[in-house]
Amino acid sequence: MEEIIRAENLVYEYGPAGDGEHAALRGIDLAVMRGEFVAIIGHNGSGKSTLAKHFNALLLPTTGAVRVKGMITSDPRNLWKIRQTAGMVFQNPDNQIVATTVEEDVAFGPENLGVAPAEIRRRVREALECVDMAEYVRHAPHLLSGGQKQRVAIAGVIAMRPECIILDEPTAMLDPAGRREVMRTITGLNREEGITVVLITHFMNEAVQAGRVIVMEAGRIALDGSPRRVFSQVETLRSLHLDVPQVTELAYELNKGGAGLPADILTVEELADAITGAGSGRCAGAEEMRAGTVDPVDGRADCRGRAAAASCGGR
Amino acid sequence: MFGNITIGQYIPGDSPVHRLDPRVKLFITLVTITVLFLVHTMAGYGLVLLFILGAMLLARLPVRFVLRGVRPLLFIVVLTFGLHLFMNEGRVLFRMGPLVATYEGAYRGFAMSMRLVLLVLATSILTLSTSPIELTDGIESTLAPARLVGVPAHELAMMMTIALRFIPTLLEETDKIMKAQMARGADFQTGGVLQKAKSLVPLLVPLFVSAFRRADELAMAMEARCYRGGQGRTRMKQLRVGARDILAAVGSTAALVIVAVYL
Repeated sequence: MEEIIRAENLVYEYGPAGDGEHAALRGIDLAVMRGEFVAIIGHNGSGKSTLAKHFNALLLPTTGAVRVKGMITSDPRNLWKIRQTAGMVFQNPDNQIVATTVEEDVAFGPENLGVAPAEIRRRVREALECVDMAEYVRHAPHLLSGGQKQRVAIAGVIAMRPECIILDEPTAMLDPAGRREVMRTITGLNREEGITVVLITHFMNEAVQAGRVIVMEAGRIALDGSPRRVFSQVETLRSLHLDVPQVTELAYELNKGGAGLPADILTVEELADAITGAGSGRCAGAEEMRAGTVDPVDGRADCRGRAAAASCGGR
Repeated sequence: MFGNITIGQYIPGDSPVHRLDPRVKLFITLVTITVLFLVHTMAGYGLVLLFILGAMLLARLPVRFVLRGVRPLLFIVVLTFGLHLFMNEGRVLFRMGPLVATYEGAYRGFAMSMRLVLLVLATSILTLSTSPIELTDGIESTLAPARLVGVPAHELAMMMTIALRFIPTLLEETDKIMKAQMARGADFQTGGVLQKAKSLVPLLVPLFVSAFRRADELAMAMEARCYRGGQGRTRMKQLRVGARDILAAVGSTAALVIVAVYL
């Protein structure tokens, strides 16, 4: 597979360079392959946003290097090509929409690239169809919902025909419905259009949908692997002040009670299957959880007892 | 509280006036304004009024709505008329204490008021029948030749677009901050002018802080989308002057010039 983003010993410091005191990134080595869906998680101040801004040459490394499709970001001549290759979507949907109508805003990127008018029109239509916002072409952005605004922002990036999209906490300011809309759009882009996605998030259930999860801590990469491998390390994640997906945590707690479930459970369905499989199949909680009627957190204490009992009965 | 703000008010439509090239509309408006300063007979004003009313009907704008735009001007119109009425020498119309109203004064006052009202009407037809985006594009394209002498045409247009984009966002934010302050006991209604002005401080400070933060983030988002000023930039919407536009420009200019020269 071809590399699309590579960071080599990337260090970034705020303020006077060299003292190491204001370092936001302390030596990152990372390669993102074409077509990957990478989620970067980490608590506030871990450097995840700073790292994202390096992929788009909005920030330049203090030492080390970042290459996007082989182009080094510190060379000003590569700047616009890099920004076109790796598009960026930000957290606040209000502060990244430039124009007064949806179509004008989506056209903003291609206009900056000097694309011919007829071609811009085609790209705008395609991009809006891609994020399922085609019927809002002439709407004013301030009348849209948060999720819709964020999808317009994504369309604005797609219209530039990037090979990679970096999203910096795109769902942080949205309601649950908006979050789902945006996540559906992002996974669709990755699967159907083959666009490489780097998603910065602090929602674990979003990170689970990625193909690879990178955990940042104090400017370094703490963990890097498939969601299954990363989230099975509940103790490590807790020590980094991170949550694991609720279901994974539930399985972990169940196992503490001796449930004997696999450690790498990521979805409600998996846990339900594991419980029915591991136990005698009589755990009442499993059916309810499969149907999604029991909130894993509230249901925890109750189900732990049952599952433990079930597993005892099973062995 | 902000319901009566009319900045950038635009009535969408598909009339012949709406479809005209914004540059042509700008041009015709400019000609109308110039002519208004040249005519000095009642017949002249009458004809310009007819022309403006004609444009208004052709644009299918609700007459009452357009006239409402003149209302804020009422005070100035009355003041202008009064000043002219009493400050001119001539045949006496009536006396009010030491003030003498004259026929000449009445005539001039009427002409001046007419001029003011027509000015506002002419420009409001332009803004009511042209979307802010089209208007911005029109201004940018009209000013483009002036770039050679250092007029930042593209930058001005971009500033206008961003201002238009953020007016509703900032109004919304003002409302939110105001409610937050009121919830904590702030009072924006009572007190004298000074008191009221003082009470605006806790509203304006957070608003400014947030506006600067927004500007910073917007600048970064624009850069991320390869914005680098007007150079090498294309536009999705191309302005095109067609036969209809030329006809409208030539026709109205000719009519207005004839009015200006003969009346």
